[in-house]
Amino acid sequence: MGDPNGRPAGCALVTGASRGIGAAIARGLAEDGWAVGVNYRKDSEGAERVVEEIESGGGGALAIQADVSDPAAADKLFTALEERFGSVLVLVNNAGMRADGLSPQLEDDAWDRVLETNLSAAFRTTRRALRTMMRERFGRVVNIASVVGQRANPGQANYAASKAGLIAFTSTVAAEVARRSVTVNAVAPGLVDTDLTEDIGDELLKAIPARRAGTAEEVAACVRFLASQEASYVNGTTLTVDGGMTA
Amino acid sequence: MPTANKEQIEGRMTDALESFGADRDQIKRDATWESLDVDSLDLVELAQIVEEEYGVKMKEEDMKELKTVGDAVDFVAERADS
Repeated sequence: MGDPNGRPAGCALVTGASRGIGAAIARGLAEDGWAVGVNYRKDSEGAERVVEEIESGGGGALAIQADVSDPAAADKLFTALEERFGSVLVLVNNAGMRADGLSPQLEDDAWDRVLETNLSAAFRTTRRALRTMMRERFGRVVNIASVVGQRANPGQANYAASKAGLIAFTSTVAAEVARRSVTVNAVAPGLVDTDLTEDIGDELLKAIPARRAGTAEEVAACVRFLASQEASYVNGTTLTVDGGMTA
Repeated sequence: MPTANKEQIEGRMTDALESFGADRDQIKRDATWESLDVDSLDLVELAQIVEEEYGVKMKEEDMKELKTVGDAVDFVAERADS
């Protein structure tokens, strides 16, 4: 099936899309005409809800269970989507986790799990995605980083390292594949009102010029732009979405 | 995987190299990647095509030994038949 916007026919995959920012991104990309793979690890109800919302709006979506920290997950996700919707031409690496603690007490397991989920998994899905994107001469990879990858936040050494790594990974891969009309960019949210941040106190709001947390939809809007045809010359960059917190 | 002769493999590689921007008239067996302006990303994609269509893996260390179009054609032909 061709696309009215002139882009190749295919679909989008959003990891960690059963709720929060990932769900908002999945809904947004569906509004932009992409069939969407809604990946989830445990929250099947949330993922099915996102799929129903997309389908009720006339879009196509498929909920796919996979723990992205499992090295076999990338193939499972892409194979399922390729069979249902064709090539994956938009990949949003959103799945992430926190396991906070001050460095002197941070356990190896907390370090490893966060790096594996937030960084290594994004490498594996991106590697899998690029095979098709390079051949199609079109592709959009958007990695969901964090302002914590750019600025210190005590208690999150593992999370910060994973997100800083994701930003460096983004720019490097972008430079590698730009000639194939594939873009690789990152979005770095600040404080966004989601389940992942519900334990963060209101005190932090004073450090945000906008004096409020962002919404998942505000982050999703940036991803939608980076995934669009209009963003074809934006490559290797990190778009910060933080209400001015790091300005 | 289907068996393939050298001519078929060379034809497929010529198509691929042309799609990367190489001048078709310059794509000969003794042409080097450098002379065709074929870079490392092109070779990665060529390896992907070869693996998908002939079931032959061209690893990075293999690629370093393959200096010309003919080298690559022979490499694939030998392994596609085995």
